[in-house]
Amino acid sequence: MMAPLIEVEHLTMRFGGLVAIDDVSFTAHPRSITAIIGPNGAGKTTVFNCITGFYKPTVGRLTLRGGPGEFLLERMRGHEIGQKARVARTFQNIRLFPGMTVLENLMVAQHNKLMRASGWSLLGLLGVASFRRAEEAAIELSRLWLERIGLVADADRPAGELPYGAQRRLEIARAMCTEPVLLCLDEPAAGLNPRESAELNELLVSIRDRDGIGVLLIEHDMSVVMQISDHIVVLDYGRKIAEGAPAAVRNDPAVIRAYLGTDEKALDG
Amino acid sequence: MAYFTQQLINAITLGAIYGLIAIGYTMVYGIIGMINFAHGEVFMIGAFISLIGFIICGSLGISSAPIAIVLVLLLAMSFSAVYGWAIERTAYRPLRGSFRLAPLISAIGVSIALQNYVQLAQGARPKPGGQIVSGGFNLFTADGFDVRVTWLQIIIVLVTIVLMAGFTWVIARTSLGRQQRACEQDMKMAALLGVNVDRTISLTFVLGAALAAVAGMLFLMYYGVIDFFIGFLAGIKAFTAAVLGGIGSLPGAMLGGLLIGLIEVFWAGYFSSEYKDVAAFAILVLVLIFRPSGLLGKPEIEKV
Amino acid sequence: MGPRLPLMLKDAGLTAFVAAALGIFIVGFRTVDMGGGKGLGFDYHLVDLLVAVVVIFIGRLGLSMAANGLRWPAIVLGVAMIVAGASPMKLPSGFLHWFVALGGMLLVIRAIWPWASDAMGAAARTPSGLALGRAGSKWFGWLLLAFAVLLPFSPVADQKTMDLGVLILTYVMLGWGLNIVVGLAGLLDLGYVAFYAVGAYAYALLSTQYGLGFWTVLPLAGMMAALFGIMLGFPVLRLRGDYLAIVTLGFGEIIRLVLLNWFDLTNGPAGIGSIPGPTLFGAVFAETPPPGKQTVSEMLGIAFNGNHRLIFLYYIILGLALITNLFTQRMRRLPVGRAWEALREDETACQALGINPTNTKLTAFAIGAMFAGFAGSFFAAKQRFISPESFVFIESAIILAIVVLGGMGSQIGVVLAAVLLIGLPEWFRDLGSYRMLAFGLAMVLIMVFKPRGLISHREPSIRLHPAGSGGGG
Repeated sequence: MMAPLIEVEHLTMRFGGLVAIDDVSFTAHPRSITAIIGPNGAGKTTVFNCITGFYKPTVGRLTLRGGPGEFLLERMRGHEIGQKARVARTFQNIRLFPGMTVLENLMVAQHNKLMRASGWSLLGLLGVASFRRAEEAAIELSRLWLERIGLVADADRPAGELPYGAQRRLEIARAMCTEPVLLCLDEPAAGLNPRESAELNELLVSIRDRDGIGVLLIEHDMSVVMQISDHIVVLDYGRKIAEGAPAAVRNDPAVIRAYLGTDEKALDG
Repeated sequence: MAYFTQQLINAITLGAIYGLIAIGYTMVYGIIGMINFAHGEVFMIGAFISLIGFIICGSLGISSAPIAIVLVLLLAMSFSAVYGWAIERTAYRPLRGSFRLAPLISAIGVSIALQNYVQLAQGARPKPGGQIVSGGFNLFTADGFDVRVTWLQIIIVLVTIVLMAGFTWVIARTSLGRQQRACEQDMKMAALLGVNVDRTISLTFVLGAALAAVAGMLFLMYYGVIDFFIGFLAGIKAFTAAVLGGIGSLPGAMLGGLLIGLIEVFWAGYFSSEYKDVAAFAILVLVLIFRPSGLLGKPEIEKV
Repeated sequence: MGPRLPLMLKDAGLTAFVAAALGIFIVGFRTVDMGGGKGLGFDYHLVDLLVAVVVIFIGRLGLSMAANGLRWPAIVLGVAMIVAGASPMKLPSGFLHWFVALGGMLLVIRAIWPWASDAMGAAARTPSGLALGRAGSKWFGWLLLAFAVLLPFSPVADQKTMDLGVLILTYVMLGWGLNIVVGLAGLLDLGYVAFYAVGAYAYALLSTQYGLGFWTVLPLAGMMAALFGIMLGFPVLRLRGDYLAIVTLGFGEIIRLVLLNWFDLTNGPAGIGSIPGPTLFGAVFAETPPPGKQTVSEMLGIAFNGNHRLIFLYYIILGLALITNLFTQRMRRLPVGRAWEALREDETACQALGINPTNTKLTAFAIGAMFAGFAGSFFAAKQRFISPESFVFIESAIILAIVVLGGMGSQIGVVLAAVLLIGLPEWFRDLGSYRMLAFGLAMVLIMVFKPRGLISHREPSIRLHPAGSGGGG
C-alpha cells in the first residue's frame, strides 16, 4: 500500500468543557476517497476544521506528506495550510464569492500562483509579458475545470446567480483550482437531486482517478458514500467507532447499533 | 493618599455615568449584533431634555430639588425612550438582512443627523445647567488636603446602583428578560417559539435609551454644562467601557464603565489632562486587539 | 378602499404623535441665554412644531395612500403641500416653507413612482436598453473627463466655480482612495481622514521647516501615510468588520488629539500657516517674485492673473485624482485586486483558498492611505494653512458617505456622489447648517432604500467570453 497522504493521530478538540472530538486517529491515501460518516454532531466538520486550520486542535498530530514535502498541519496558520501544504476544502453551506463571476471565483483560487507571477503586483501593474502568460495559463486551467463541471457558458455570470447544484460543483472546481494534494469536501451532495448526485459521483471519481489526489469526504447521502468511497471512518459522539472498506463497515455491528440504531436498511444506499 | 482618594471618588462618579450608557451598547450588541453608533446622541438628547425639564420645573416654581430631580428623570427617560424606539424602527429595522455593514453606516447617519438636529433646534453654544444640588461633606483631611464628597456624587452613585439593580432584575426574572435572552441566543428559534422578536428588540432600544437619558441628566448635573456634541466622546468612551467589560455582558458594562472612569480621572490627575481622551481611545484599541471578548465576555467561536 | 381609510388615518395619527413626542422639548422649547445672569430661558417654537406635526400627518397619510394604490388623492395632497410651502402664507420660519414644499415633492414623486419605474423597467428589459446601460456608463465617464479637462477654459470658470471644482475633485480623489478600502476590500475605515492629516502635516512641516518643495514632498507624504496605514493596520486588520470600524475611528481621533496637543511639532490648535503653494517648474504663483525665484507669469511671459494659481491647482488635483482612478482600475484586474473583492465577499473562503487575509487587507489599507496622503499634501499646499480642525471625524464620515452613496466599488458613482454631496450644498449656500442634517438623513435613506448606491452595476475584472457576446447573459 502507498504511504498515507495524511495521518491524523490522537486528534482531540475541546470547547470549554465540551469534547467535540476525542482521540481520533485515521489515515487517508492519495488516489483514494476516504469518507467520514456519523450521525449529526459526531464531530465530522470539527475534524475538517482542525485539518484545514480553522481550529487549533487541543491535542493531536496531523501530518501531511505529499506534493511539496511534509507538514505538521496543527502548527500552521490558517491560510498556510491551503498555500503551502495544499489542502483545499469546501463548506457545508456553500461559500462562494457570490458577487463575483464564476471565472473570477476560479481565478481567486489561483491567487498565490498569480501573485508570484505578478511580482506582488509590481510587474502586473507594468503589464509584463511573463505575467500575462501566467494569467492566460490560469484562465486556461479555469476553462478546463468549467468544462469538467459543465459551466463554460456561465463563466461571466455572478456565482450567486447559479442554481444550487451548479454552485456546489463550482465550489469543488474552485477548490481544485488551487491544485491541491488533499481535497476535503463537507457534504457535497447535500440538497442535490438524484441526477445531480450521480453527476457528483462521477466528478469525484474522476478527481480521484484523473487528478490522482486524496479526497476526504463528509457525507450523509449513503448512495454517494457506499458507491465511491475506498475507505470509511465512522465517528459517533466524537469517537471513532469503526473503520474499513465500505462492505466491512456496512456489516459492522457496532456501526449498525450506534450509528443506525436498528434500521439496517439505511446503509443499503 | 488624600489626593488619591479624592480622585477615586471622582472616578467612581464618572464611571457610573459611563456604565449607564454602556448598558445600551452592550444590550443592543447582544441582541442584534450591531454597534448602535447613535446611542451617544440619545444620551445627549437625554441631557437636553433634562435641561429643559429643569428650567420648566424652575418656572413652575418647584423648588424642592428631590421632586424636581424625580420629575425630570421620568420626563427625560420617557421622551428619550421615544427616540430610541423611533431610531430602531426607522433606521435599523428595515436593514435586517441587508449587507453586514449597512446598519453601522445607517447608525453613523443617524448620529450625524441627530447632532445637527439638536444644534439647529437648540443652538451650537454650550448650555449652562445651573446648580440643582450643591454642598457636600469632608470625608477626612490628610496632608493638608480635604477629601470631599458632594451630595451630587452620592446621588449619582445611588441612582446608578438602584437602576442597575432594577435592571438586572428585569433581565433575570421577568418574561421580557427571558424573551430578550432567548433572542440573543437564536432569533429564529425564539420567533418560532412565539417570542415577538420585533417587540423585544424595540424594548431593548427603549430601555437602553432610557438609561442613557438618566446618564444624560446625571452628566448635566455633574458638569453643569452641555452642548450638542457631548454625545460623540461620551458615546465612544461608553462603547469602550462595554468592550472592555465584555460586550454583551451587563455586569461587564458596569465594570467597564468604572474602569474607564478610573483610567480617565487618574490619567488626567497624574499625567496630563490633554491626553486623557487619547488614553480612552488607546484602551479601546488595545482591548479590541488583545482581548476582543473583554474582561467578562465569553470568547466567540467562529462557526465555519 | 373605504375600510382601509380609518387604518391609514390611525397610522398617520400615530406617526404624528411620535413626531410630536420627539419634537416637543428639543424643538418646542429652544433654550436661550436670558442675559443679565438670569440663566437660561425659553424661546418657544410650539407653533413650528404644530405645523411640522400636521405636515407629517398629511405626508404619512399621503404615503400610505400611494402605497395602497390611491395615487390621485396622494398626488392631490402632495401638490397641496407644495403650493402651501411656496405660498406667501406666513409660517413661523423659512425652514418650514422648505419642509412643507419638499415633503410635498417627495410625496408626489412617491405617488407617480410606480408609473415611472414601470416605464423605466420596460426600457431596461429590452436588450438594447441593457447594452445602452453598460456602454452608456463608459461614455458618461469620458464625457465627464472631457468636461473636467475643459472646464477652466469655459466662460463659467470664475473664481467661485474653480474653487468649487478643486473642492469637488479633492473629495473625488479621497472617495476613490477610500473606495479601495471600503468598496473593494470591504473594510469599513472610519478614520480615513487621519491619513489625509498625515499627508497635510507632512507637507506643511517639511516645507516650512526644511524648505522642501511640493513636488519633492508629494511622494514622501504618500509614503508616510502608507507607512502609517501599515503600522495602524497590522495589529487591527484581523478584527471583525464593525470592530475594525470603531478601532479605525479611535486611531483617527488619537491622531487628531496628538496634532492638537503636540505643540512643539504641530503648533497645536493654532495650526501651521504660510505653507508655500506648489510651483510650476520652480516658478511660483505670485504677483511679485520672492527673492531668488521667478513667477510663473514672468516665465511664460503672460500678464499676472490671480486665477492662474487656481487653475494650476485645479489641474494638479485633477491629475492626482485621475492617477488614483487609473491605478485602482488596474489593481482591480490584478490578482491582488480580485483578492480584495473576494475578501469583501467571504473572508473564510479566502482563507481556505490559501490567501493571507491580513497581508491582502494591509495592501488595500496602505494604498488607500497613500492616496489620502497625496490628497492631504495637496490640501495643505492649496489652503496654505492647516490646523487639526480640518481633520475631524465628520470629514471621514463625509468621505464614507460619498463612497456609500456612489455605490461601493463604483468609480463613476463616487464622482456623482461627490458632485451631489459636496457640489450641491456649496451651490445652495442658504442650506448652510441644514447641510449636515441632510447628510446624515441621506446616509440612512440610502441604506434603507438603495443599499447598493447610485451605481450598483459591477463590471467583471476578467471575462472568458467577450463582453456583449451573450455567452451567459
